[in-house]
Amino acid sequence: MKYFQLIWAALFRRSTRTLFTLLSVLAAFLLFGLLDSVRSAFTGATNSVAGADRLITVSKISLTLSLPKSLLERIEAQPGVAEATYANWFGGIYQDPKNFFPSQAVADNFLDLYPEWELSADQRRAFHDIRTGAIVGASLAEKYHWKVGDKIPLQATLFPQKDGSNTWTFDLVGIYHMSDPNLRGQENNFYLKWDYLDEARQLDKGTVGWYVVKLADRRNADRVAEAIDALSFDSDHETKTESEQAFTAAFAGQFGDIGLIVGAIMGAVFFTLVLLTGNTMAQAVRERVPELAILKTLGFSNRSVLGLVLGESVLLIVLGGVVGLALAGVVVNAVRTSLPAMGPTSPMLPVGGAIWLQGLCLMILVGLIVGALPAVRGMRLRIVDALSGR
Amino acid sequence: MNTLRILRTGAATAVAIIVPMVLLLAAPWWALAASLAALVAWMALTRAGRQALSIARVGIATIGQRLGSSSVVVVGIAGVVGVLVALLAMAAGFEATLAQTGTDDMAIVLRAGSQTETNSIVDHDSAQIVSQAAQVLKNLHGQPIASPELVVVASLPKRSTGLDANVELRGVGDGAWDLHRNIKIIDGRKFSPGLRELMAGKSAHEQFKGLDVGSSLKLNGQLWNVVGIFDSADSHNSEVWGDTPVVGATYRRGSNTNSVVVQLTDAGAFDAFKAALASDPRLKVDVMTTHDYYNRQSETMSREIRIVGTTIAVIMAIGAVFGALNTMYAAVSARAREIATLRAIGFRGGPVIVSVLLETMLLALLGGALGATLTWAIFDNYTASTLGMNFSQVVFSFRVSPLLLWSGLKWALAIGFIGGVFPAMRAARMPVMAGLREL
Repeated sequence: MKYFQLIWAALFRRSTRTLFTLLSVLAAFLLFGLLDSVRSAFTGATNSVAGADRLITVSKISLTLSLPKSLLERIEAQPGVAEATYANWFGGIYQDPKNFFPSQAVADNFLDLYPEWELSADQRRAFHDIRTGAIVGASLAEKYHWKVGDKIPLQATLFPQKDGSNTWTFDLVGIYHMSDPNLRGQENNFYLKWDYLDEARQLDKGTVGWYVVKLADRRNADRVAEAIDALSFDSDHETKTESEQAFTAAFAGQFGDIGLIVGAIMGAVFFTLVLLTGNTMAQAVRERVPELAILKTLGFSNRSVLGLVLGESVLLIVLGGVVGLALAGVVVNAVRTSLPAMGPTSPMLPVGGAIWLQGLCLMILVGLIVGALPAVRGMRLRIVDALSGR
Repeated sequence: MNTLRILRTGAATAVAIIVPMVLLLAAPWWALAASLAALVAWMALTRAGRQALSIARVGIATIGQRLGSSSVVVVGIAGVVGVLVALLAMAAGFEATLAQTGTDDMAIVLRAGSQTETNSIVDHDSAQIVSQAAQVLKNLHGQPIASPELVVVASLPKRSTGLDANVELRGVGDGAWDLHRNIKIIDGRKFSPGLRELMAGKSAHEQFKGLDVGSSLKLNGQLWNVVGIFDSADSHNSEVWGDTPVVGATYRRGSNTNSVVVQLTDAGAFDAFKAALASDPRLKVDVMTTHDYYNRQSETMSREIRIVGTTIAVIMAIGAVFGALNTMYAAVSARAREIATLRAIGFRGGPVIVSVLLETMLLALLGGALGATLTWAIFDNYTASTLGMNFSQVVFSFRVSPLLLWSGLKWALAIGFIGGVFPAMRAARMPVMAGLREL
């Protein structure tokens, strides 16, 4: 640490060159932050504990097939099940198909199982009491300038009403918030009451899209899931039950091998980065050969010269990288609120601890790789040759 | 006062960079060819041009001595162009696969408001009314060429990961073989109507386990046999086909279907067909050509891939620009004495600028060509799959078209231009005396 000033001075000896290199490093780590945020959202590498005690039960054949509502009582009767609720995809369109947001019909106790959805007590009561009531997330309400009391017409894509009409009108009775930034994407959802849907729709009466089960003890997850699936075994509506996280990860995985794509891009970016900063460092050391020789004359050991050069390259990468990652954090936060959620998560996770840790390791690693050759060169300098410019 | 000047210089520089770059990226090939011709003519015919050429020659000849730093420009730009072209090729491939699926003389009929086949329900009577419309082409036996279709989703393990993913199971009617005349059966035979037999599309067969001819699989508790593999060269390749009534029975759909696809007498008959269905009080349906239907499905996805791809490329390009700037500043300062000498014996500033720019853009072009070639070699026809509109996997191939390669090269030139223009100006503005004393 005592040589910090020396390293710092060496780094900014050619300030323009260092600045340009820093900006390149910044761009690389900005990209790393953004892509890793997407990758971790898709691979379900979420460290959020929300939902760890919830199971999702869907039709084994396909997510798009519905299940009979009669299953509810039998699921609730299973030992280890604290509470169960159900929901149905509504798939409403507001004004234009391009204005996509998820809309679901939910049971009355939906909010009991999802305590992360924060809704004031009287709005909650209103959602319970008003048949045509609907609640939306704060981000969605803001986007379309909705306020409590508004009437919101949605075009149904799945469920025409009994009279054949496709227009459903809902009364907005509440706006919920998510205080966990990991879940901010959920503020783009629209919820209506399943009872209203089932009463007014033409087809599929008495069916639900999926069940959500809250476990009494999350350690029993596997046993309870098996017991639930056994209920409908060999019937014409077999189910598949898994943890909410596993469900999300499997769903996201179907979009494609995001990990592979991100990996390939990052490979190209870091290969270029190593070459680019390696070149800068080589130049920096080449120019400073006489200076390094003087340091050695003053009594700096070979190892400290090696350390000085390595320290310089690591510092260069870490400086640019930290700014780049911080910038990525800002960009991700700005983008996240405007994207609709994909399943229970947003397609981008905030740049959190895990990404920072990976990023910092990567910075130090790249710094060491980049500094290695020039540093060894500096270490091996013979004072006499270097001073005489040979 | 001082800040004002800095602001003004900054703004002027920004305009000086952005305007040529936008022009370069938007320029058609003939405009670039014309400017290249003008440059060659200038070099051959004018004194300043010949000066620029001779300085550039020295610069290019000495690239070998600066191999390490010159390769930064080449590799940096190759990376940008490679990633950009690959992602755009993905969008283009997805779009093309779906666009090929539809034609203008085929129409798809869905329940009003339903947008996609999975959401739609058309009952048996409506399907009959639709296929009886006057604009529907009849086959040799006088039957209308129409196919009531059912779309359901089955979960099968993928060959690559072993994990379950959704494959689209499409029930098709008798008319399907007349509708899709381009379909080739590459293994086995057609399924027989009324039996639990399946045909797998070529891509579905490649992506999923258990779809070989002769194998059987359990769908909704019933055993089905795979009897054939077909190649339709479009997005139907990602599907598995069976007989509509049998699929309907297995999935408890009764006599309802999701859609009706019909062959129109010709593309011009579409408007009349649409009007006929709209005016029929017994029907509540939406009609579109299959071309429109499949194009709309790819619209959102390919737009998103394009936005993401361009954003990534822009960030990478910013990194590459600074790399190029470093390299070219170093190159100019290494040649400071030489350039000052040239200036001293009467060479003007203009040729110096042109020569440095020429060198950078040549390196950039090399990088662009390298990136584009690599992407083409690796990713042209590379197969990938994603979740389509019907909640099932759509398989598509990346498509690296000459147009994409060309736009990659234009990006390379733009990056080279920015990376070269500032070092070039410094070289031209350097005081001759200072330059001569350099080193």
